[in-house]
Amino acid sequence: MALLQISEPGESTAPHQHRLAAGIDLGTTNSLVASVRSGLAETLADELGEHLLPSVVRYRAEGEPQVGREALSAATRDPLNTIASVKRLMGRGVEDVKGLGAHLPYEFVPGTSAMPLLHTAAGAVSPVEVSAEILKNLKRRAENALGGELRGVVITVPAYFDDAQRQATKDAGRLAGLHVLRLLNEPTAAAVAYGLDQGSEGVTAIYDLGGGTFDISILRLNKGVFEVMSTAGDTALGGDDFDRSVALWIMQQAGIPDDAGHAQMRRLMQVARSAKEALTDASSVEVKVERNDGSHWSGDLTRATFDELCGPLVQKTQGPCRRALRDAGIRAGDVKAVVLVGGSTRVPLVRRRVAEFFDREPLADIDPDKVVAIGAAIQADILAGNKPEDEMLLLDVIPLSLGLETMGGLAEKIIPRNTTIPTARAQEFTTFKDGQTAMSLHVVQGDRELVSDCRSLAKFELHDIPPMTAGAARIRVTFQVDADGLLSVTAEEQVRGVKSSIEVKPSYGLSDSEIEHMLKDSIAHAQEDMEARRLREQQVEADRVLEALQAALADDGDKILTGQERVVIDTAARQLGAARDGSDPQAIKRAIEAVEAASSDYVARRMNTSIREAMAGHRVDEFKST
Amino acid sequence: MAITLTEAAAGRVKEYLDNRGKGVGLRLGVKTTGCSGMAYVIEFADAVEADDVVFEDRGIKVIINPKSLVYLDGTELDYAREGLNAGFKFINPNVKDMCGCGESFNV
Repeated sequence: MALLQISEPGESTAPHQHRLAAGIDLGTTNSLVASVRSGLAETLADELGEHLLPSVVRYRAEGEPQVGREALSAATRDPLNTIASVKRLMGRGVEDVKGLGAHLPYEFVPGTSAMPLLHTAAGAVSPVEVSAEILKNLKRRAENALGGELRGVVITVPAYFDDAQRQATKDAGRLAGLHVLRLLNEPTAAAVAYGLDQGSEGVTAIYDLGGGTFDISILRLNKGVFEVMSTAGDTALGGDDFDRSVALWIMQQAGIPDDAGHAQMRRLMQVARSAKEALTDASSVEVKVERNDGSHWSGDLTRATFDELCGPLVQKTQGPCRRALRDAGIRAGDVKAVVLVGGSTRVPLVRRRVAEFFDREPLADIDPDKVVAIGAAIQADILAGNKPEDEMLLLDVIPLSLGLETMGGLAEKIIPRNTTIPTARAQEFTTFKDGQTAMSLHVVQGDRELVSDCRSLAKFELHDIPPMTAGAARIRVTFQVDADGLLSVTAEEQVRGVKSSIEVKPSYGLSDSEIEHMLKDSIAHAQEDMEARRLREQQVEADRVLEALQAALADDGDKILTGQERVVIDTAARQLGAARDGSDPQAIKRAIEAVEAASSDYVARRMNTSIREAMAGHRVDEFKST
Repeated sequence: MAITLTEAAAGRVKEYLDNRGKGVGLRLGVKTTGCSGMAYVIEFADAVEADDVVFEDRGIKVIINPKSLVYLDGTELDYAREGLNAGFKFINPNVKDMCGCGESFNV
């Protein structure tokens, strides 16, 4: 007998047609899967009743890879084949990974692929493949728990993930045989879990302190859409650091020397972790450890001592919080709700500090380990069609502006940041040179004015543009962003209709700090960016004027101009050339005006000459309009 | 005859109704579809219609259309766990045979 779930009124499905959907929190340390059953969103447990799946995959020469706890326990025995924290590698290029490489125990395979490959007993694997193994495990768990095949899933990603990292995550989903309904920002998912998307408009802060990373996101709900106003964080701060502080305290108390071996350190970390967890409810806990010589030590760790040990770590989260508020241009008092995410927010000290900082009690009713997966499950349920039509569908926004490189290395924004997706925008561009038949399009992401400060996403070319004078061709460039924030760009020449397009294939290669600081930079450098843009614009204009002038002079300069006139124009052109290479936009502008003034007579005479030539041999009445 | 709920089922229904935050009870029914004739319907109810029959058991209102009642009278609703999966089960004395999956049945 099949097991049934309660549907919304009128939303019952035919037998075997259940619209099963799940939300997946694909985390750095742990992953979870959740689903809505009988209207209630819950995370799904494995056969042992565990909800958290360690995001660890161990490859073996024979057989299927091990995933989760099994793999984690083998990590120290078989470090080279056991891949942990693969999320940090998603969407990264070989060069980026070399930067991280110092901390990674894995062997990378040199290859032609832009993606780094990890060497394992089962051959070379990519981060996308490793993530797919984790997703496959969660898929199997969900299908067992829900009693059928999944119709679709929503996978969460950090708000600061760029296109390449999002694409890599989506690829992993597809590789795992999942239909990815959409990707959802983690802080947005947490807000959805608390139903904040149904609430009044306002600013929400998501404080996410996990095992190894800290993220703070400021979201604004506006007409049912969450905008990411700012994000900040610390990629090396989390509960593990709390454990380390406690472990060091135990070593000190128990007289264990600093040079404790790897195995003993791991045992101490485990003891520290248990003590930390016990102190969430208890005010004091007894700690027992065995020294290397077999003797024992036991002592009491009070919550007061724990708070003293971890106080500086908790304090460290306030810097990013302040930064995020500043970037969002708001004060702590403007935040209407604070949501706690991540297991480390169970620590009472953390809650107290957060409450003090924002001057309001944070929302913590939902298990902070599960809240992101639960929000994703609620979205997945709506997207799979289990809710009546009138239920609001949450929209998302693009985190960084998307645009094209134009002459002079300037970034022309086509879709500004915080535009709701899906979206499509078009803009017309033209040719720069006479007879230009091809155009190179460079797609960039970022909010800076110069392309060199933005992130390069893709380059492609449009050929077979009919030769015309500069500025006459019309090339329509359309940017389209789908519901997952993935971009496709099409360029179409309007006369002959030649077309060229590109799906933004992830062009891997952006370092951690760059992603997080891109937005911040655009604010910090607004003034100099504006100046740089003014300079580049004048330089481009100078180049255009000089180019046109040289072409004309070569054509008929000697015919039309006297030697004296020619000298005047050449001098003005030379002065413009010198000003162009300088850094004063005003000087370039004046020099351009000087060239235009010096050559105005010449231009007028040229025009007359060409009209005379065009009319030569024709009678006047041939030109009469009919 | 009547429609009844096991303790497990009543507890779950109450939990889901509370979580949903609205609704007057649980609507049970049948519809003619599926691989073996009839299929069960189990939904939250936001309103009682004019000719609905309403049973109350263990504090839960069970609302049912009279046309469905002839196929369901005497049914006990249970909540069961099978491996990782868990959900509601109709223990229906009217059923003569059902399809392999048990999602649809004949009377």
